[in-house]
Amino acid sequence: MSRLRRPRRRDVVLLGALAGALLLPPLALALDEPFYVSLASRILIYGLAAASLDLILGFGGMVSFGHAAFVGAGGYAVGILFVHGFDGSAVLGLLPGSDNALLVWPAAMLIAGTLALVIGAISLRTGGVYFIMITLAFAQMLYFFFVSLEAYGGDDGLSLYSRSRAPGLDLADDTTFYYVCLGVLVLFLWLGRRLVDSRFGMVLRGVRENERRMQAIGFPTYRYKLAGFAIAGAVAGLSGALIANHTEFVSPALMHWTRSGEIMVMVILGGMGTLFGPVFGAAVLLLLEEVLSTWTEHWMLVLGPLLILVVLFGRRGVYGWLVGGDTR
Amino acid sequence: MNGLLVLEQILNGLQLGVMLFLLAAGLTLIFGIMDLINLAHGSLYMVGAYVAATVAQLTGSFMLGLLAALPAAAVVGMAVEVIALRTLYERSHLDQVLATFGLILFFNELVRIVWGPQAIFMDVPGALSGTVEIIPGAPYPTFRLAIIGAGIVVAALLYVLVARTRVGMLIRAGASNREMVGALGVDVRLLYTLVFGLGAALAGLAGAMAGPLLAVEVGMGEGILILTFVVIVIGGIGSIRGALVGALLVGLVDTLGRAFLPTLLRLVMDPATADGVGASLSSMSIYILMAAILVLRPRGLFPAHV
Repeated sequence: MSRLRRPRRRDVVLLGALAGALLLPPLALALDEPFYVSLASRILIYGLAAASLDLILGFGGMVSFGHAAFVGAGGYAVGILFVHGFDGSAVLGLLPGSDNALLVWPAAMLIAGTLALVIGAISLRTGGVYFIMITLAFAQMLYFFFVSLEAYGGDDGLSLYSRSRAPGLDLADDTTFYYVCLGVLVLFLWLGRRLVDSRFGMVLRGVRENERRMQAIGFPTYRYKLAGFAIAGAVAGLSGALIANHTEFVSPALMHWTRSGEIMVMVILGGMGTLFGPVFGAAVLLLLEEVLSTWTEHWMLVLGPLLILVVLFGRRGVYGWLVGGDTR
Repeated sequence: MNGLLVLEQILNGLQLGVMLFLLAAGLTLIFGIMDLINLAHGSLYMVGAYVAATVAQLTGSFMLGLLAALPAAAVVGMAVEVIALRTLYERSHLDQVLATFGLILFFNELVRIVWGPQAIFMDVPGALSGTVEIIPGAPYPTFRLAIIGAGIVVAALLYVLVARTRVGMLIRAGASNREMVGALGVDVRLLYTLVFGLGAALAGLAGAMAGPLLAVEVGMGEGILILTFVVIVIGGIGSIRGALVGALLVGLVDTLGRAFLPTLLRLVMDPATADGVGASLSSMSIYILMAAILVLRPRGLFPAHV
């Protein structure tokens, strides 16, 4: 590796995006548009959810149509623990509640990851169309579970009175919260990049290309897929925990199946199997929603056909288009 | 809980099962033959319901509404197939999911523009608005019985069509080996469009019949679409027989669970907890059923392709 090599286009794009993300809050505040900081936090959080889906969708070839279930589970973990921490009661009569981010966020990951382990263990017994429909059905099951869970707000959802507490950080401040989201996302992208380039990631990619051949070589593909599925679920749970903090509200709508669809759209729009791409996809989709909805109340009439066109003609996604062929 | 109540709920379960079958039959044929996962199937159900409601309001006749809904849904379905879905047959399932997800967004918004965001409520047709005492002592709405009857008739017709006619032979042949059917000189594209139209008409019929029972509203197709997926997964993709068994199973389990689980749980818990747990459990019951069946038979009860 020569230190003088020409900068790769991919590195330029990524560094540019990172610099932009770092500079955004001061710029937004200078323009007196604090709303942009909130919108950008939303983009980062959904970018995290979409990147976690890309781990199994893009690299593992598992078309999971229920990813929002894990986002919602993470959100509810934060919400339920918060409510119990607030009124001093115990969760299920066993555990005390809490609003400490260092406890609650890992708890959200643990719960969502465990859930993904169980759902994945059943769903991965099948494949193809069955897998798509089963993950969708399980997500709907959780959705209806939380809709009928009157103790925690049912259909109306659960309001948090404040964000989680973190030592040394004031998460209630939108700018601080934004940088925390950015830090979490960058950390995940770094770890995720290492993961997909590791032996584990190589096996997952091998499974995507030809599962039977991987089995013939001797890899227990089911276990690898399940581990990938659980990791993706745990990270989705973390994004759910961030959403709960961002909006200070959780409701079953978080895990509605259209949300799973949106996350999937972010992955495709940004570029599947690139890990960084889905973050760009999240930005494009959420910004598009913002812009289109200011033009017309019927923005979905535009978004729907646009989506079909992207599927038919734009397979490399925004990220692939930005960095040229060098998405790796 | 008494026996009459149970019988009544069983009839309700059958009625839901029949509705699900109408949707699942079309969807499973489309899966089986074209290998296409079509999320927009629920939109055709919605179109059927809206057309039926509008025509029924204009003419005052539910039957005319029903008769208008069938061709309307079929035409919309075939148009969608020719314009958008035809290019997707060769694509991956992921592409199909995303593109048909886009179609759902489009249709929901289009319906919202044409008919407005308010739900439409249809009246039960006069001739069927009464009740019948098929079980002595338990009057049951005639309209629901009519739906069950219509579903049985459609299932029988579908069986005759698929098992006894030339078109049905081609459909079965297409389901087991598409390339071979094409190589033998059958116009596969036309066959696909016709099957799609048939599936759409069935979805439209279900939508039209659901109109007087439920509110006709934007997004009504999506909830039932996911139930239909559960039916197909349970029954086995591509199998009409599986769709029938799965639909009845899901209809019965869902209805009976909702009706009786809270009461049953009251025997072992205090009423408040029982109601809460019962409501949660019964809303999850069909998914638990699906998971159990998949553990035993990963390809459904009647796998069409072995």
